[in-house]
Amino acid sequence: MQLSDSREIAAPREVVWAALLSAEVLKECVPGCTEMSGSAEEGFEATVVQKVGPVKATFKGAVAVSDRVEGESLMLSGEGKGGAAGFAKGGAKVRLEVIEGGTKLTYDVEANVGGKLAQLGSRIIDGFAKKMADDFFTRFKDTVEGPADNADAEVVAEAEEKKKGWLKRVFAG
Amino acid sequence: MPKDHGIGASIKRREDVRFLTGAGNYTDDINIRCQAYVYFLRSDVAHGKLNKVDTSAASKMPGVVRIFTGADFAAVGGIPCGWQVTDRHGEPMKEPAHPVLAQGKVRHVGDPIAAVVADTLEQARDAAEAIELDIQELPAVVNMKAAVQSGSALVHDDIGTNLCYDWGFVEENKAAVDEAIKNAAHVTTLELVNNRLVANPMEPRVCVGDYSRATDDHTLYTTSQNPHVIRLLMGAFVLGIPEHKLRVVAPDVGGGFGTKIFHYAEEAFCTFAAKACNRPVKWTASRSEAFMSDAHGRDHVTKIELALDKDNNFTAIRTETYANMGAYLSTFAPSVPTWLHGTLMAGNYRTPLIYVNVKAVFTNTVPVDAYRGAGRPEATYQIERVVDKAARELGVDPIALRRQNFIKPDQYPYQTPVAVAYDTGNYDATMDKLIEIADLAGFEKRKKASAAKGLLRGLGVNCYIEACGIAPSNLVGQLGARAGLYESATVRVNATGGIVVMTGSHSHGQGHETAFPQVISEMLGIDESMIEIVHGDTSKVPMGMGTYGSRSLAVGGSAMVRATEKILRKAKKIAAHLMEASDGDIEVKDGRFHVAGTDKSVAWGDVTLAAYVPHNYPLEDIEPGLEETAFYDPSNFTYPAGAYACEVELDPETGRVTIERFAAADDFGNVVNPMIVAGQVHGGIAQGVGQALMEGAVYDDNGQLLTGSYMDYAMPRATDVPFYQVDHSCVTPCTHNPLGVKGCGEAGAIGSPPAVVNAVLDALNSGGIKIDHIDMPVSPSRVWAAIQKAKA
Repeated sequence: MQLSDSREIAAPREVVWAALLSAEVLKECVPGCTEMSGSAEEGFEATVVQKVGPVKATFKGAVAVSDRVEGESLMLSGEGKGGAAGFAKGGAKVRLEVIEGGTKLTYDVEANVGGKLAQLGSRIIDGFAKKMADDFFTRFKDTVEGPADNADAEVVAEAEEKKKGWLKRVFAG
Repeated sequence: MPKDHGIGASIKRREDVRFLTGAGNYTDDINIRCQAYVYFLRSDVAHGKLNKVDTSAASKMPGVVRIFTGADFAAVGGIPCGWQVTDRHGEPMKEPAHPVLAQGKVRHVGDPIAAVVADTLEQARDAAEAIELDIQELPAVVNMKAAVQSGSALVHDDIGTNLCYDWGFVEENKAAVDEAIKNAAHVTTLELVNNRLVANPMEPRVCVGDYSRATDDHTLYTTSQNPHVIRLLMGAFVLGIPEHKLRVVAPDVGGGFGTKIFHYAEEAFCTFAAKACNRPVKWTASRSEAFMSDAHGRDHVTKIELALDKDNNFTAIRTETYANMGAYLSTFAPSVPTWLHGTLMAGNYRTPLIYVNVKAVFTNTVPVDAYRGAGRPEATYQIERVVDKAARELGVDPIALRRQNFIKPDQYPYQTPVAVAYDTGNYDATMDKLIEIADLAGFEKRKKASAAKGLLRGLGVNCYIEACGIAPSNLVGQLGARAGLYESATVRVNATGGIVVMTGSHSHGQGHETAFPQVISEMLGIDESMIEIVHGDTSKVPMGMGTYGSRSLAVGGSAMVRATEKILRKAKKIAAHLMEASDGDIEVKDGRFHVAGTDKSVAWGDVTLAAYVPHNYPLEDIEPGLEETAFYDPSNFTYPAGAYACEVELDPETGRVTIERFAAADDFGNVVNPMIVAGQVHGGIAQGVGQALMEGAVYDDNGQLLTGSYMDYAMPRATDVPFYQVDHSCVTPCTHNPLGVKGCGEAGAIGSPPAVVNAVLDALNSGGIKIDHIDMPVSPSRVWAAIQKAKA
């Protein structure tokens, strides 16, 4: 399946760019991610727990960053193997442009599944992939921007500490 | 009064006592002391290069006995193909290797890569997860037409093409057919898909391998329709075990529908591993495994052209079909789109010129092979759809167009232009009977009633013919079969008169254990309860070719009749001796031997006792004992035929189709047990309706099987099919087998899909929505989309 969307993020382009290349940010933003290590240069190693329809599995896989045009665009591609559950793989072409008040992030996502996931979950995989992408980029926006003033109080309480911590480090660094 | 015994009696199935009370003995019920369990690690990519299969960590997992990979099978043979097709240029088909476990490449989702044998199934599964794989994914070959274009990825690199064969039939007629189509008054053209199906027997496949180190005997328990064929294929071609050291047992089997004919890798694996591990090894397929490892059925893409003269006589048929073989050649796969399909393209009609072209194509999908009907449903569907379309184009009554072109009763034996010669039939008789039992006279009234509800009602009528009773061995040998297709039976009469029949015809739902005794009861005049049928064990039955192609009664039953005739001849000699008469004067009636024209008689039991206690016995003329074996090899196929009618209601708002009435008038020749025959037709129609409206195996562009469970693969349920009107009173007995029987197992699945689709198109077109064709499964979304397109 393929899908495209965009987010407007209230942060400078270089901050958004740096966040895209951060294992810590990716870990926070990939839904169900329990572990994320590595670097943009050498590739990330990730562990993600997800339930797709009737199939719940722990996916272990690699995420690679390629086609980097500094500050403008990159390709994130990954493949996760879920053992007997099959595999999921996909890629996101991400582009950044400066807009008034921040950065516009546009993405084109392509996702494929195989094995049991395809056999049991194909009906719901499109919706699932869309939700995964939506969740990822929404969390990404929230993480980069920090909690918005009008954000839901519970979410803020949950996320505040981490996000502030990361932003502080980015700007401190 | 209907008969209550012998041929023609609707005796209840004796096997149902054990099936309905949970007392059946299926392969999964067989557990051998110390058995280990096998779990197959299967490919989850459709096409890939196997760079690494590392079992070192997995081998150390708890309970693991041994892990096998393709390398362990390098020294044994691959899974053989049982039929070689010769292409239109005289070249043999391409026949790639089919290893037991993948070697070098994986070629479909479900292709077994490694097999873990462990103390428990759970341990085997856990260890399989620890096997390290490095598979370099390759582009998947899925679309058949793209697969034969140059530049396509290759399923088998060594054969250099994805084209298995390009078959022309009858090649010599091609020019004449082309000419007839060019000169025709009218040509109707139709492009259609015969959708890929998963057989889905209720019982998944299971194997248990056992080996005795003390005697070097191998035993395989397996869910097979033909244990002797498995013994032959696996023993001779894969593992090199002679018949006397290999016993194959197929106990109770919960449905086959064709997909349990074939020799599968798992059977060879369990037999091999039992010896290698010196332990019984058991495998039970999960339903998921069944979807991705049982041979699928159908999957043809066809263009058919029907030429007619100015008086609407059929003058020629030309077809081009792409037939999916899947990733490997399953046992009988090459024969299905060729000799089981092309030879049936005359249908019930006098079409003088026919040319059939079939391109068989390898793809990265599960192998495709025979499924209930096997080739004949594909032929029937094309013919009966194109005839219906022609009738609509010409504005003539579809029944009248068919009748006009029927082969007439005085034309038998009828030599078709596609090799086969029909021995007998009467297609007007079954059409007349159909019109009666389907109450076609009341259709217009019912149509009005549907219209009052806002629904479109449609009527679909079609004919079918099939070739059953497979098959004359000398003929199929010329056509490329690598086995004979006779059947054998041993009739053993015991001292006290009871009979055990050992038949090579396996029963997995057909009711042989009830119907076969009816035949012998009729011949000998003894009660059916004195007769027992033994099947499914190569150590008990001398030889057998098994059950498929509606052949059991026509071929296996004929072998049983021949053996029983031998019994009768000998028994008459014994009876003649006992009564001091001439054996030529002995008559058999009601279980007694009479001296014709006298009141002298002896009972069946007196004769059988004399055979085994030969104190007063003609020892100088005949041996003691009463046991005879016969092999029967048919001289022709049998040709069941009939006419089917389907009435549907269609909701033009939603595209939903419901089947309101279904009638089948079949000519099966003589019928032994009408109740069993009706049941066979019911089941066949349910599967045909399933194909027409619901079922379809779907692969995505990457070769991923998207319909891998019952959530996505729609099976017909009881509420999806109506009550059927079935009739088999139109009888033209088969002329060449001793029972005059033709076979009934596949008819329902052959005759029903075109009836359903014709009915849907009649509903639409008579309702003012002009649509030529909708491919199966005719799902609500497809009907709705076709309606929207027609309206646009």
